[in-house]
Amino acid sequence: MSLAALDAVTLVLLLPIAAAALLAVLPGYRFSARLNVGASLLTLFAALSLFVSERPPVGQFLFVDDLNIVFIVLNTFVGFTTSVFSASYIGHELETGRLTPAHLRFYHAMYQVMMFGMNLALVSNNIGLMWVAVELATLTTVLMVGIYRTHEALEAAWKYFILGSVGIALALFGTILVYMAARPAIGEGLDAMIWTVLIEHVAAFDPALLNLAFVFLLLGYGTKVGLAPLHAWLPDAHAEGPTPISAVLSGLLLNVALYAVLRFKMLLAQSPDAIAPGPLMISMGLTSLIFAGFMLYRRRDIKRMFAYSSIEHMGIITFAFGMGGPLANFAGLLHMVMHSLTKSAIFYAVGHIAQIKGTQKIAEIRGLTETHPWLGWGLVIGVVAIAGLPPLGIFMSEFLLVSSTFARQPLLAIPLVFGLLVAFGALLLRLSSIAFGEPKGSAAPAEASYVPMYAHLALVLGAGLYLPPPLVVWFQHVARVLG
Amino acid sequence: MDGLIFDIAHLFAGGLVLVSFMLLYQDRLYALLNIFALHAFVLALSVAWQALVQAAPHLYVTAAIALGFKAIVIPVALHRIIQRLGIHRQVETVVGMGPTMLAGMGLVALSMVVMLRVTPEADPLAREDLAFALSVVLLGLLMMVTRRNAVSQVIGFMSLENGLILAATGAKGMPLVVEISVAFSVLIAFIVIGIFLFRIRERFDTVDIGALDDFRGERK
Repeated sequence: MSLAALDAVTLVLLLPIAAAALLAVLPGYRFSARLNVGASLLTLFAALSLFVSERPPVGQFLFVDDLNIVFIVLNTFVGFTTSVFSASYIGHELETGRLTPAHLRFYHAMYQVMMFGMNLALVSNNIGLMWVAVELATLTTVLMVGIYRTHEALEAAWKYFILGSVGIALALFGTILVYMAARPAIGEGLDAMIWTVLIEHVAAFDPALLNLAFVFLLLGYGTKVGLAPLHAWLPDAHAEGPTPISAVLSGLLLNVALYAVLRFKMLLAQSPDAIAPGPLMISMGLTSLIFAGFMLYRRRDIKRMFAYSSIEHMGIITFAFGMGGPLANFAGLLHMVMHSLTKSAIFYAVGHIAQIKGTQKIAEIRGLTETHPWLGWGLVIGVVAIAGLPPLGIFMSEFLLVSSTFARQPLLAIPLVFGLLVAFGALLLRLSSIAFGEPKGSAAPAEASYVPMYAHLALVLGAGLYLPPPLVVWFQHVARVLG
Repeated sequence: MDGLIFDIAHLFAGGLVLVSFMLLYQDRLYALLNIFALHAFVLALSVAWQALVQAAPHLYVTAAIALGFKAIVIPVALHRIIQRLGIHRQVETVVGMGPTMLAGMGLVALSMVVMLRVTPEADPLAREDLAFALSVVLLGLLMMVTRRNAVSQVIGFMSLENGLILAATGAKGMPLVVEISVAFSVLIAFIVIGIFLFRIRERFDTVDIGALDDFRGERK
């Protein structure tokens, strides 16, 4: 039985890498797009089977526990729906000549390599391996952001690469420091890098080294989460790359980086003498939230605007995990899932809108609900959800977070609510001009696949109305594990 | 004997910090490349010494990579790129040399204060190595911020990676996984950078990142 479970973990890794190898050699974009979808679907099934099959024994490199299974399933699900969206998106890019068939082959192969990197980061039990995997995922996205090879895309990719490598350096230094702290207690060698071993012995580690390590890790991985003031790469990378990549960046890669931070936060929480990691995360989260909230008002580019909204939401999630405790952690987890689903749905809509209008300027896009009701209303629902209005899922997680913050730290709740309201205002202001009013720009019919977008929105709506009890129990359990 | 081991390790690690300073004030690309080769060479010596002291033969591999790949292959390749692009003129810096050197000294002092204060219990070799490594990392970062030319930013990044390898090898018994991965990431990073350099060249006839700055992120 354990062999079957081991297979599920292996499959989650093996399927993307095999698909990447195939996609790298196969010509013909139509077939490649379908193969991309198929491989992503199979990976999703493999991930889902983790729920039912017995857990594999904890290995030196890979392991599955209650925390990362949530991330893996979310990752593979959004990876699958994005591949469906991507299949309907890229045909248009080929027609308009923004991409050539050779680019597309590269794009599809990279897509699967990126999925591999993210899945590997999520299942790795070794902090060194996790670092390598996050880097792999980052480097592949750097290449994809630059794929249009325009002036703007190159600058975005370069900025992403430079800031990303600063993050790489800081995170690796933090990883080395964790090893240094662990060595006296655990001994030399591989054991001192295995997360499950680390957490058992963390009480015996040198707290000062551990503190320093966490600061480096938070800054390093925090760069990839997009926390202010290290967020500068994020809006450019979202705005200039292909839209499917914006969707996976926002929906998945930021989560993976946050997952890495959470793993180290759990380590620190178990150490009696180390600093509490919470306040650091809370302050970075709040800074990101409020900063991004104000930045939302000055956006003229639609993809850039939603990129700032991602910074805002990652801020909220980091804040929630920084608060800690069962309720705030629950809210953080729920918010993370809801944000991934909603933000990728928004990017699916935005991708098609930008293709139809031939521009990403907000001023050029008006009255969408009249010319393209399916896309327009999808965007309206998405933005209403992301702004945190009931009855959608994000309202629930934000409500939970605000109320638990009020109960424990009323003073912290004030900037939190302030930040939420600032962002709320900006999003609704922009939405009214984009979705309603006199139509402007091309009214050409959309050749879009609405299924991924509405599937996500339906899930978000469903979660807002009714969370199934088994899911609640599961999330509560994970929230307790997080401490 | 212990004293000598310590002194030699100290010499190499300190030498690396010194070479990092030399990188900071180079204002010609070819000279910058030569100093970077020296940087990688000192790193290779330091790693090889650690391999000998720790009786950890796998570290020789890391030393060999540092020597062969970073001290020879990369500088030669970059030399060719510079030649082909015809950009062997002066390096533009954002900040003047004087303030940069002062900032560099401040960063080294900072890393000494931070590392030596928090690691009183670690063994002295590892702890001083770590302090030097952090200095090299910070100086690499400083170089990346103060340079506008893509090639010198890349060199800043690689000197920063050298600092990381110094830290990783100073941590006794750190598994090989990490060392290979570090080498790998350098390789990947280099490929990425290479592609970028050519793409930037292809589009703008310059590798000066300043030329990209007129795009401010908002299309009006």
